[in-house]
Amino acid sequence: MTIYAQLGYTFLGLFLVLNWGMLMSATFRKIVARVAGRHGIPIYQPWIDLVKNAAVRTTLTHGTMFYLGPVFRLTGAVGMFLFMPALVTENEHWLNFSFQGDIVLILYFQLFGMLGMALGAGEGGQPHSAIGIGRGLAQHAAVELPLTLGILSLAIQYQTLSLVEIVEAQQVLGWTLFTNPVASAAIMLAALGAFGHSPFNLVKAPNEIPIGPPTEYHGSYLGILMSSGAIIHVMEAALFMNLIFGGATSWVEFIIKTFLIYFYSVFVGVVFPRFRIEQSVVWFFKLPLVLGIIAILLYSF
Amino acid sequence: MSELDMNDKMNELLKKAEANASTKEEKSFVRPEDEEREVIAPDGSIIKVNPIYDYFSGEKPTVEEPSKGVVEKFLNWARAESIWVLGFGTGCGSIEIPPLMTPRFDAFRFGIQMRPTPRQSNAFIISGYLSVKTLKRVIRSYEQMPSPKYIIALGSCTINGGMYYDSYSTINRLDKYLPVDVYIAGCMPRPEALLAGFMKLKEIIKSGKGEGANIYAENFDEYKANQKKVIKDWNMPDYNW
Repeated sequence: MTIYAQLGYTFLGLFLVLNWGMLMSATFRKIVARVAGRHGIPIYQPWIDLVKNAAVRTTLTHGTMFYLGPVFRLTGAVGMFLFMPALVTENEHWLNFSFQGDIVLILYFQLFGMLGMALGAGEGGQPHSAIGIGRGLAQHAAVELPLTLGILSLAIQYQTLSLVEIVEAQQVLGWTLFTNPVASAAIMLAALGAFGHSPFNLVKAPNEIPIGPPTEYHGSYLGILMSSGAIIHVMEAALFMNLIFGGATSWVEFIIKTFLIYFYSVFVGVVFPRFRIEQSVVWFFKLPLVLGIIAILLYSF
Repeated sequence: MSELDMNDKMNELLKKAEANASTKEEKSFVRPEDEEREVIAPDGSIIKVNPIYDYFSGEKPTVEEPSKGVVEKFLNWARAESIWVLGFGTGCGSIEIPPLMTPRFDAFRFGIQMRPTPRQSNAFIISGYLSVKTLKRVIRSYEQMPSPKYIIALGSCTINGGMYYDSYSTINRLDKYLPVDVYIAGCMPRPEALLAGFMKLKEIIKSGKGEGANIYAENFDEYKANQKKVIKDWNMPDYNW
């Protein structure tokens, strides 16, 4: 396949993922509304919000980093997409630019967007942003630990850091969920924090600290943040799908699996109320961390 | 410069500032830490600071021309279908807003959402009576909202003062101080009335008449003069970005 064909497939995939992410966030809000007994937003609301944000006439800035914050976030989202194999089939159309060791890069891109936002929102000077950033980074550190331990356990199990090889191994041996349940449990518990829904949504708590890091962001800045958020949610679901649930061989399978993984966190969210930050950090340091350590020990000896 | 020298110099400057303040004829409402003064920088040099204008832009708002033709119609449609309301309950009428967003009336159906920060909102519900003290905060919040922005005035108090018409601490006519797009009369108007008001606002936006921000910018001096007439303790810049 030529590089141009590869680029074409990647852009098409990015477009699909962006729209699927917007649809997922609309469905998420619809489900939360139905649980609360409301009718909820129209399913096309995120797209209208995006156009509305682009149509805002006033844009003001607090400096260069303020501009770059959303750009970094979008870079993180697109970077995660570029190095994530979307579909693992015999033809290599939807592998994007995945390569040996792509897991490390994807984990890095996950953090990259957050750090970029931290710098950008920090320059905004809004105290609420600073509180949100502090909480976000503290929670992210607590989430990363069990997540990384679980992923390392998988790396030892399959003797590779390549997502494509992990998926191919699962297509022969069966899902990691069954072959390595301890690591899967650690990863899926950490996934709750990675998605950032309730009970781990204090970072953006709209009532206590108005909307967290993006407090100062408006108009097209916010539009960029919204679209990168949509991509990130799909990509995180795709990461867990590739690691634990055998990857996908068609877009239908991709959509069903990412939907179920994302909505696992949504359903946990509508059942459990929000944790305070010290509670959520401690929570990740208990069961998920212990499971992560056990998962490593099991495959080390 | 040693630390002791710096302390001496700082005390001297503070004494000077105090002396200046006591000789002033008019009473100033600006807090001492916000006053224009000289401070010593870490490297020992003396610099002038004016916190109010250093932290905020003192620039006047300008008229922002709408796009033309079909583009503006499409954008206006999007603006009308996605109204983000600032979550700032200014008076007793804000008690009508929770039922508006909860299962019984569920305004989310119409693309109406609450936003916690003025930067992300484009509609402001002035809910009922507006005391002068709150008006000051309302002006600051309104000016921080990005254009185009809309104001819904809820309840009789915003039209003619309502039952507080002779109160010493509330304003009577809101549109002397801020450009209002929609009035909803009543004391209190029920959530149904509020929904009807939102529908009216949507019509206004779609017909391209929701240009409150530009009206405010055009008649800025007049609005500012009216505001300063009632707000005696003016201690902020004239325009709060």
